[in-house]
Amino acid sequence: MGSNPLQLLIAIQKAFNHVPDDAICRVASALGLPISRILGDVEFYSFLSREPLGTYSVLMSDSITDWMLGSRELFLRLCGNLGVSPGVTRCDGLATVGKTSCTGMCDQGPALLVNGIAVANLTDERIDAISRLMEKQIPPVAWPDEYFRVESNIRRRGWLFQDWQGPILEGEVLLQEMTDAGLRGRGGAGFPTAKKWASCRDAPGSERYVVCNADEGEPGTFKDRVLLQHCAGRLFEGMALCARTVGAKRGFLYVRGEYRYLEAHLEAQLAARRDADFEIELHWGAGAYICGEESALLESIEGKRGIPRVRPPFPVTFGLHGMPTVVDNVETFCAAAAIAAGGGSEFRSLGTAGSCGTKLLSVSGDCARPGIYEYSFGVSVSQILEDCGAGNVLAVQVGGAAGSCLDASEFGRKICFEDLPTSGSVMVFDRTRDMREAALNFSRFFAHESCGFCTPCRVGTGILAQAMERISEGRGTEEDITEIGDLGGILKASHCGLGQSANRAVRDMLRKFPEHFEGGVN
Amino acid sequence: MKTVSLDGAVVPFAEGQTVMECALAANISIPHLCFLPGFLPHGSCRLCTVKIDGRLASACTQPAMAGQHVEIDTEELRQVRLSLLRMLFVEGNHYCPACEKSGSCRLQKAAYDEGMLDLHYRPWYPKRKMDASHPDVLIDRDRCIFCELCVKASRDVDGKNIFGISGRGIDTHLVVNSKSGLLADTDISAQDRAVEVCPVGAILVKGRGFEIPIGKRLYD
Amino acid sequence: MIRLATCSLAGCFGCHMSFLDMDEKFLGFVERVEFDRSPFTDIKSIGKCDIGLVEGGLCNEENLAVLKEFRENCAILVAVGACAINGGIPAMRNHFSMDECLAEAYLDGIGIENPQIPSDPELPVLLQKVCPVHEAVRIDYFLPGCPPPAGAFEVLLEALLKGEKPELPRKLIHYD
Ligand SMILES: Cc1cc2nc3c(=O)[nH]c(=O)nc-3n(C[C@H](O)[C@H](O)[C@H](O)COP(=O)(O)O)c2cc1C
Ligand code: SF4
Ligand code: SF4
Ligand code: SF4
Repeated sequence: MGSNPLQLLIAIQKAFNHVPDDAICRVASALGLPISRILGDVEFYSFLSREPLGTYSVLMSDSITDWMLGSRELFLRLCGNLGVSPGVTRCDGLATVGKTSCTGMCDQGPALLVNGIAVANLTDERIDAISRLMEKQIPPVAWPDEYFRVESNIRRRGWLFQDWQGPILEGEVLLQEMTDAGLRGRGGAGFPTAKKWASCRDAPGSERYVVCNADEGEPGTFKDRVLLQHCAGRLFEGMALCARTVGAKRGFLYVRGEYRYLEAHLEAQLAARRDADFEIELHWGAGAYICGEESALLESIEGKRGIPRVRPPFPVTFGLHGMPTVVDNVETFCAAAAIAAGGGSEFRSLGTAGSCGTKLLSVSGDCARPGIYEYSFGVSVSQILEDCGAGNVLAVQVGGAAGSCLDASEFGRKICFEDLPTSGSVMVFDRTRDMREAALNFSRFFAHESCGFCTPCRVGTGILAQAMERISEGRGTEEDITEIGDLGGILKASHCGLGQSANRAVRDMLRKFPEHFEGGVN
Repeated sequence: MKTVSLDGAVVPFAEGQTVMECALAANISIPHLCFLPGFLPHGSCRLCTVKIDGRLASACTQPAMAGQHVEIDTEELRQVRLSLLRMLFVEGNHYCPACEKSGSCRLQKAAYDEGMLDLHYRPWYPKRKMDASHPDVLIDRDRCIFCELCVKASRDVDGKNIFGISGRGIDTHLVVNSKSGLLADTDISAQDRAVEVCPVGAILVKGRGFEIPIGKRLYD
Repeated sequence: MIRLATCSLAGCFGCHMSFLDMDEKFLGFVERVEFDRSPFTDIKSIGKCDIGLVEGGLCNEENLAVLKEFRENCAILVAVGACAINGGIPAMRNHFSMDECLAEAYLDGIGIENPQIPSDPELPVLLQKVCPVHEAVRIDYFLPGCPPPAGAFEVLLEALLKGEKPELPRKLIHYD
């Protein structure tokens, strides 16, 4: 934790159920930072609060997949059981019940966080039992273990899950092997990884950093969670290989706060590493999707609000503390480590021309077997639907809230950078679903997660969400429908990818399923 | 000499210049609000959005590169600017007739220049806190557009570091670096660059209301 | 003859005054225009009109009813002035709750005798928030200003009478 403001504030929040104003001033003066910096953090990260929360702080996961599994009814039930209004702490200080964006448990939802720790597979019974435990003031550590069990649900293993044991390639040889293998970033943008590492190595700087992006905030993605659980060793190997290649001495693993339950496991794995030349530090997020954007993530590690930086310069030349930095996704580092251990040529042989190797997909929604599926790039959507046991499918959302919504005529499309690029989120909607709900959920998501830096996204996501609220309540107008489409042109002027893609899914849904929206317009 | 094309005009630039800087040097206007020469570009208002080789980008942050084809005055970009201005108006409370900055306000002027006649969107009427605690300087947060010029001016020019931006999304707001959070507990003065630099009526000097008659103000 | 109606909702009649400020030009218009419902005529109900000018925003249910009548009866509806366009000065009450506003105006304010909140059933019910007219109905043209200068009315009406789209020159656009 040391002197990192954000990590300190997370600890204070945990100890006092809020960050008192007095603490804000004291942290600021202790670290020699302006009060506004610390206050800025507290008011930016949604897991920090200036107002005291209850002894039990409960956040219900509010992803569309949670909705589909009944989270909104469970939320009301929980509030009713405890006699609290949403977001308002009970007078006796026992509990606060609120909502949070997707917690990455979509394959075993509905889920909630209690004092930051995930409880999945919620049912009426489980909600009632939890309510009773809270009323009896039994601390979560004494709750039945099964409540906190998180399944991995790995349904299909391929290249990445193989135990590659070849002689380890390093440095220039490794970069060449990664280039030959055609490894591209798995976080969504698909930048050639070897090129990124080489740019970082060649950039001037007195220090260099390697940062792993495990923020995994895109609704419907949870594959990094499973990799952290099962392949942490491989991940750290990948980061260390990168460090040796670029000349870094320090690395950071930025994990979203929602995965706090993994802390002991990750600390143990880190402690088991023996590498005096490259130290890896855990850095926890605190409820901000935007911190998955690489430059916002770096700001967050520096203890600031997660506002995306002006780019260029890119992190490879001007990254953490202004030094050349590699930021890669968890899956990317794992793949690099596997390539270094002899997996390169097989990787090259898999996938499509522009997208080599395999991709982990997080499948959730209306299907019999939600979970993690590893496929070679180029797999068709219909193949995925068949394998996960989805029938009577209306729509598939690929790439999370920022992705595209496909109707049945497009299920022949393929997962790959050339056709459907994705960080791996695949959400299935069957014919009983109302896509208006999904559109409402996504538009609220963006309005809640916009960092607020630039005008089109700060205001545009709000306008989008308000229009969808009206349509959902049957108070929409034709103008609202037109507006949702028109906003796309303005959102494209946003500073970062969040704003730029904020109306894409909703616009797709309106175009492909107009009949779902008719009832909302008068 | 390396050049870029700005709406067809071929303009030279020096290494390290942004598109905005080379347009300014060539006397080609690109509307802007949060950008001010002498301060690091911010890129938040997006009013200087231009199309560079088919992609939207903010001119103030985009480095000029040889051979770039930059579009500025197109119908599409006019629409983008108009929408951005309307967004800035609806997210705050801009009652110009009751604002001492009226006539000298850069937001208002930009909206005039773009021919903005209406809000188009529904106004949000936010309830942000006002700070009238200081004898000489006042903050009306309802008019702040988060350009951070005051933040930079106070920190880098005045050497006082009085302002900061806090919150997230639509709850973004200006904060003051004092234990109470009030301006009265800072050493701000009405002569500070931070006060003068505010493009809108969010930071105002008290006791100077409507001094200049209509018709004689900066942008009348 | 072109039929024209005007009304002042939550406004101060300043826009109407500015309209009259056209001075002798106004006489020219009167020859081509017949006034329907308007404070100028004191006609209380609106008939079918070509043009409607609406001053002021919406602060009570009567405003809303009048606005809807105007929309139904006017081929072209113009929002005139800051209050119609963004709520204007009356919308500054949106910063406070209705109770706070009523208490300040009728109970706690300075110099109030016999403090009581008016409750005559004849009085129109206040809206929770003052809002601009485009939130309730479709508006065809906007004339900004507080008030819009007489010249702006001129440009607007000249164009509309010729069947053209009004284009306000830059110097006639202002918000104060
Ligand atoms: C709004 C936004 C959210 C993002 N979230 C993530 C994320 O959660 N995880 C991730 O790896 N990349 C995320 N990215 C992409 C990163 O900015 C960056 O491209 C990626 O971490 C690079 O790693 P890679 O090359 O290994 O894919 C996000 C981008 C944006 C614009
Ligand atoms: S697009 Fe949205 S998230 Fe990105 S910088 Fe702008 S406001 Fe922040
Ligand atoms: S800040 Fe500018 S736009 Fe806002 S009310 Fe004042 S003069 Fe009008
Ligand atoms: S107060 Fe003024 S200068 Fe400061 S951020 Fe707001 S608009 Fe910009």
